[in-house]
Amino acid sequence: MKKLLHLFTKIKPKFWDIRVSKTQVQILFNYRRVWLISIFMLTVVSLIPLSMFMIFNFRLAHEAIQRENRLRTERLTSNTRRTITYFLEERLDALRFIIREKRFNTLKNNVELIYLLRNLQMGFGGYIDLGLIDSFGLHINYAGPFDLQGKNYSNQKWFIRCVEDGTYVSDVFLGYRKLPHMIIALKLPMQNGSFYILRTTLDIQKLIQILSSLELSEKSDVFLCNHEGLVQTPSKYYGEVLKRVDLPIPEYSHRTQVIEATDKAGNPILIGYAYIQNSPFILMLVKRSEEIMKSWYSLRDEIIWLFCGSTVIIFIVILGISTFMVNKVYEADQTRLRAMESLASSSRLITVGRLAAGVSHEINNPLAVINENAGLIKDLFTLKKEYKEDQQLMELIDAVLDSVERCGEITKQLLGFARHFEPQIKPLQLNRVISEFLSFHRKEALYRNIDINMDIPEDIPVIYFDRMSLQQIFLNLINNAFQAMKDGGHLDIIVNRQQNDYISIIIRDNGCGISSEDQKKIFEPFFTTKGLKGGTGLGLSITYGLVRKFNGDISVQSKIGEGTTFTVTLPINSEGDFQNENLAR
Amino acid sequence: MKILLVDDEEKFVSRLAERLELRGFEAHWATTCDGALYKAKTEYYDLAVLDVKMPRLSGIDLKKMLEKINPDMKFIFITGHGSEEDYDMGTREGSFYIIKPFKIETLVEKIEQTLNL
Repeated sequence: MKKLLHLFTKIKPKFWDIRVSKTQVQILFNYRRVWLISIFMLTVVSLIPLSMFMIFNFRLAHEAIQRENRLRTERLTSNTRRTITYFLEERLDALRFIIREKRFNTLKNNVELIYLLRNLQMGFGGYIDLGLIDSFGLHINYAGPFDLQGKNYSNQKWFIRCVEDGTYVSDVFLGYRKLPHMIIALKLPMQNGSFYILRTTLDIQKLIQILSSLELSEKSDVFLCNHEGLVQTPSKYYGEVLKRVDLPIPEYSHRTQVIEATDKAGNPILIGYAYIQNSPFILMLVKRSEEIMKSWYSLRDEIIWLFCGSTVIIFIVILGISTFMVNKVYEADQTRLRAMESLASSSRLITVGRLAAGVSHEINNPLAVINENAGLIKDLFTLKKEYKEDQQLMELIDAVLDSVERCGEITKQLLGFARHFEPQIKPLQLNRVISEFLSFHRKEALYRNIDINMDIPEDIPVIYFDRMSLQQIFLNLINNAFQAMKDGGHLDIIVNRQQNDYISIIIRDNGCGISSEDQKKIFEPFFTTKGLKGGTGLGLSITYGLVRKFNGDISVQSKIGEGTTFTVTLPINSEGDFQNENLAR
Repeated sequence: MKILLVDDEEKFVSRLAERLELRGFEAHWATTCDGALYKAKTEYYDLAVLDVKMPRLSGIDLKKMLEKINPDMKFIFITGHGSEEDYDMGTREGSFYIIKPFKIETLVEKIEQTLNL
């Protein structure tokens, strides 16, 4: 389970853990839901046609194989019926020939009858005996292995039927001989209105040979039964000879038929049957469905495997495509969000800049009025001796003028902070720029008891730089330092002149520090460790961009719990570099 | 030395004129461009202190018109806006540029520098 979870965490898509909450209105999609819908829809669209095709194929193949089996069974049954019919007809025809060829008196001669029986046995085979019965049912002549001469058959069913129908083909029965056999008899009317019957006994082995010569599978069976359902020839599975067959007796049909049924054990079977004409026999050919459908089962297994394999492959492809597509949407959405954040941040800064400029202008004019009026009061007081010596009055008026001056300084700083988007390279006093900027933090430093130490040597030359860019660089670095430090922290700002007309500015705090892993990423856009505190991850990225833009460099050294030192190296004259860069564009 | 002060804020410009008078300058003031032009035509001024942003006409445009009347006139600009564009414009015109509010000493110093006193 743990391994599965581990595997999942490795392969799970980037958007998996993104949840849309009410506060994240900017995220357009519930990615996981889109992903699941995409997988579901694609799976349904792909698998429904495949399933339908498979089901259609399945049924088609099943029906084709079933039809083929029925056809084969029917054909075999039909052929066998023809053979048996021919067998019986042939024997009847032989008797018909004899009865018409030989006169009654000749047939009464025992020697002649024995001679005829021998000829029949040699010519056709299967004849056991031959007998002549008169119209009273008396066996008047007999050739064969038994002593049947003189027997009276007048009450026997076969005799009565033969008298009525002219011919008779019997069931298989035991008779006097207690051996399964069958008889066929033929009546010939005489001119005097009487008649006689030529009767022969047939060995059913010939019939059994015909049936056993069929090439059938192991669990298939073929046998004859009579119309009453008694088995006539040996059956492997469906009953002994002259016992009731274990199968339903099919309805009469003059044609060969194939029906589906179940045997006693409940196995589905296919029965091919045919009523043998002019005989009491029904040919039964029985096949076990499970055996004849073997080819179907193998084909069915192949179809099922093919379906399962295709389904798995389709699903994997769908999973891959859906994950890829939703990942792309997620990435695009993230890029859009970052662009929007960046835009919002820029426009916020622009708005703040414009607001600062507007407010400063509006305030400066009334301040000037206060300044001049208070200044005039002071001038007038200075001229009059009684007021000049009134120290309290002079302090009050100086307090007004000092306040005006302080307000004026603040508005000037605000004006200076108003952003400029096109760099304007101008000579700048570094200590002045840094002091100006630090004045924004002076109150916070005071409240939080943060000690700020500035070490800027007097010989640091004027640098040629864009004022706004420089302010931006310090804004980000000093803001970060203030956020990293606890109350009572210590901030050093050290400026040094480097060789090759470069200066380095070191901003060192004793704050919480940055881990070595995070140090590699801090200049990347949108990387932030401030989390929910509202960091955009843009500050240091902008700083880095500005420093590099003016051909400078920035580096960081930090230790967790001890503090962070940023070193910014800038050219004293960035004008040349910047112009070259612009020309290159 | 006669100085013309032009600013649309009367309470500011009138007090400024009085303070300059106290420091030995002869200062006249106007709150509109038309008033300033009229004064320049009627009297000779060595220097004009002009507000950059005024209704109808800017200080820069007023300077050009005053120069036509008196080509020797010197100029100092004052403004409450104090943007870098204004600063650039002021210095391009070869004049001092002071952001309101300012100390009277600053203005006096710039006047003296401009008039080489």
